[in-house]
Amino acid sequence: MLRFIVRRLLITIPMVLIIVTLTWGLIRLAPGNFYTGEKRIPPAIVKNIREKYGLDKPWYVQYGKMMGRLLKGDFGDSLTYPGQSVNQILWRALPVSATLGLLAYLLALLVGLTAGTLAALKQNSKLDYASMALAMLGISVPNFVLGPLLVLLFSLTLYWLPPARWGGFPSWNLVMPVLTLSALYMAYIARLTRAGMLEILRADYVRTARAKGLTERQVIFRHVMRGGLLPVISFSGPALAYIITGTVVVEQIFALPGLGNYFINANFSRDEPLIIGIVAFLSILILVFNLLVDIAYALIDPRIRY
Amino acid sequence: MNNGHILSVRDLRTYFETEDGTVKAVDGISFDLERGETLGIVGESGSGKSVTNLSIIRLIPEPPGKIVSGEILFDGEDIRALPLQELRHIRGKRIAMIFQDPMTSLNPFMRISRQLMEITRLHLGHTKDQAYEHAIKMLETVGIPEARSRVDSYPHEFSGGMRQRVMIAMALSCEPELLIADEPTTALDVTIQAQILELIKKLKQQTGASVILITHDLGVVAGMTDHIIVMYAGKVFEQAPTRELFATPGNPYTKGLLRSVPDPTSEQGSLYQIPGLPPDVAHLPPGCPFAPRCDRAEDICHREFPPFVKLNEEHFSLCHFADEVYIKSCSERALRARHGSAADKHEEGNANA
Amino acid sequence: MKDQPPINKPESDTPEPALTPLGTVSEPPIRSREGDIIHTAPEFAIGEGDVRSADTGVLEPLAGTSLWKDAWRRLLKNKLAVFGMIVLAIIVVASVLGPYIIEWRTGFSYDTVPPQMELNKAMPPFRDVNGNFSGLHPMGTDILGRDILARVLMGGQISLLVGIIATFVSLIIGIAFGATAGYLGGRVDNLMMRIVDVLYSLPYMMIVIVLLAFFGGNSRFMQYLQSIGISQQKGQLFLLFIALGAVSWLTMARIVRGQVMSLKNQEFVLAARATGVSTTRIIFRHLVPNTLGPVIVYATLTIPQVMLQEAFLSFLGLGVQAPLASWGSLASEGIQNIAIFPWQLIFPGVTMALTLFSLNFLGDGLRDALDPQMRKV
Repeated sequence: MLRFIVRRLLITIPMVLIIVTLTWGLIRLAPGNFYTGEKRIPPAIVKNIREKYGLDKPWYVQYGKMMGRLLKGDFGDSLTYPGQSVNQILWRALPVSATLGLLAYLLALLVGLTAGTLAALKQNSKLDYASMALAMLGISVPNFVLGPLLVLLFSLTLYWLPPARWGGFPSWNLVMPVLTLSALYMAYIARLTRAGMLEILRADYVRTARAKGLTERQVIFRHVMRGGLLPVISFSGPALAYIITGTVVVEQIFALPGLGNYFINANFSRDEPLIIGIVAFLSILILVFNLLVDIAYALIDPRIRY
Repeated sequence: MNNGHILSVRDLRTYFETEDGTVKAVDGISFDLERGETLGIVGESGSGKSVTNLSIIRLIPEPPGKIVSGEILFDGEDIRALPLQELRHIRGKRIAMIFQDPMTSLNPFMRISRQLMEITRLHLGHTKDQAYEHAIKMLETVGIPEARSRVDSYPHEFSGGMRQRVMIAMALSCEPELLIADEPTTALDVTIQAQILELIKKLKQQTGASVILITHDLGVVAGMTDHIIVMYAGKVFEQAPTRELFATPGNPYTKGLLRSVPDPTSEQGSLYQIPGLPPDVAHLPPGCPFAPRCDRAEDICHREFPPFVKLNEEHFSLCHFADEVYIKSCSERALRARHGSAADKHEEGNANA
Repeated sequence: MKDQPPINKPESDTPEPALTPLGTVSEPPIRSREGDIIHTAPEFAIGEGDVRSADTGVLEPLAGTSLWKDAWRRLLKNKLAVFGMIVLAIIVVASVLGPYIIEWRTGFSYDTVPPQMELNKAMPPFRDVNGNFSGLHPMGTDILGRDILARVLMGGQISLLVGIIATFVSLIIGIAFGATAGYLGGRVDNLMMRIVDVLYSLPYMMIVIVLLAFFGGNSRFMQYLQSIGISQQKGQLFLLFIALGAVSWLTMARIVRGQVMSLKNQEFVLAARATGVSTTRIIFRHLVPNTLGPVIVYATLTIPQVMLQEAFLSFLGLGVQAPLASWGSLASEGIQNIAIFPWQLIFPGVTMALTLFSLNFLGDGLRDALDPQMRKV
């Protein structure tokens, strides 16, 4: 197990390097750069800046320098936010996105697990149909439609909740963004839980458990839950990647200063260090999280040995 | 009500609703089981033998399945009328089951110890320590070496035969009065099969439990059971004491089954096979369900459902020509006895084993 | 690390029927990343059900046709799937023909800004510029006075087009990759599937964003394309097809691989090999057609996902560029004015949701219909 963890952590490093190289390559392959955008900057200043950031050197020198910085955990300075390092921006934006993502995932787990379990236990009941129809709705309504509709209802019509902006944690400002972000995962988790539980409910060993004379509650909690939840566990890996994508939208809609917002702005303004910094940071996050998921999986399922 | 029968099943019908229509998996089964006796239920896949036994402890997945009618008297109590809460005190404690596939019948996420302790803590009120010791004792009883060091393993660390032993240990933990073994050896290697059967036999003698042994293999029941029920398409086709059934079968289907048991003493190499396939239980023909495969079938067999004929005090057969088949069997036996053929000796040996 | 025994696969040698869509994914089924799409075939004994499989084993030549017929019959029994099919058909037909009919009836295309200045404003549904009832704009107009119905239908064309073509791209990549891995097996398979595992855990949407930001829109790359005669609209759509197709093939590859693995040792393949047919021919003439069931199911479920991604990109301003519109870009426009003109968001948003809803129901229905083992659920 320990060897597995170490090995996986070691694999993480080259993988992040690959992702960063890919991103860097894409940016460099694209004709034009930060200084050829809409803004017109006098050539002398451009030359100055190019020297300052080492942009006048051959590409391999630049690549080497960037990688060297990166390996030390220094993402360099942002081009659009003068005087701010990418690291500073990351640490400022992270709490916003992390709060959003974490709350959304917890809410999705809570609602999704409950709904999915109940639906599976009462298969083909009205409750089952209702929650699965709702889940289908959650999967089908895009978050950029859901979010504004919530705003329309709760802020612009009922005046219950503030329509946008960051208000720290906890605050009423969080309700709608979290709900918007959470809906899709809620739906996914409910469907996964239901499918997983149904499968286990028909397993031979659950029949054995019933034949032992256990109560239905004991059968469910001791024998069904564990296997039934495995799909949800393995979903949490990709879920993080999806949630990160989701925060991009939600932060745009609700004007929240999170990583997603900075990432989009960086892309529009071609702020290379900031783009690469965010991509690298999130890649590490996702890879480490996937490792944690695999460990959790092994802890739950004794048949898995790494 | 209680006339020495530990279990008495009357006209049991269990149906499944499927898209293809109602599948009458069990359709009017009746039998009695005396205390301490062993009953064999034999039939091909799809004959309803497993459903019969799942019905006995009401473990039919519902929906799509449903026990439509019938009476299941266990020690005089009607299982079907019992509230679930009381039924639970019977399940696992007084009626225990061993299932076909030991690879999937144990919970893969739980240590063997916990799975064994669970049942005694539930029914015998054991404390944790008592249950743990009991679990080890049970594993030793079923012949698992170094039980103490292996009790905390997970099922996947055991072989198929070992897992079936664990299943047996679990089933016998509370000294049940009735043990239902549903194809306990089908999923196992031949050498292991014999060991498991021996084990069940031995433990049955020790505890005095009644046993229902379900199998598709007549060879398995021959040496184990007192009575045999032959099932086909959800119906009892023949019912008789084991010895009698082997010696003088009164049903063409049973005869076919007997002929398809490999006989090591026979010189002939080829093995008999009943022609055709088991029927689609959702779409049964109007007459005898076995008629399309039966070599004795006549017009009436395809038209009319056969009667359940009483051949003697303990021997019944579902066939239009039951008497004829039975008499033929008897005369064949007499012939064989006169000539003292090897085959007959083998048969007798089987029945007596 | 992911080659543990499949969790619910019975460890017996019971032959599986040739087509158990999604049931034969060789990954531990419930570990699959898109878990809700993939089921294992549970062993469920109705009268110990092997009666049936014995049947199909004998009737091999007929099994193919009756399987599709059976599936179709089951699909028609599924009310939600039928509902999905009908709604989808309506939306597709309306999107394809609608804009032209509207232009023919009213003279307005999706992009026609009324020449009269006083009409260049947002009008609510069924209202004219004075607030009186009018059938001219059933969904109202946007701030330039363009008909929203025409825009929603035109947007539908683009959204569906992107969804279908990008899914097609992902299909080709996924089938080629999965079939090759599954057929070759061994180390190559191991390596190829490890690559898929690795790609699964990448934040690929971020890379797509970078790609579109630097190559799409008004970038130098697009200007270059224009200089060689490719319009920006075409270039942008092409970029979207490739980008979305390139990130959506992973699950498809897994499914195809699982199917091929379960099929490749069956007799008809051995027969083909014995008669000296080449490997590529075996893969593409014999194996690929047999994996069709689950592939159709998953493709149906990929279309809404891709459409959602396209909408997401268009919402961010990185997808379809004006004057073209997709549901995502329409919704994005609508959000700017949500407080005053909510219909500008509601109509494209709801139409899109309805389409995705139908596609998902249809996909679910297809899965249940094509997977006989799951039909009791």
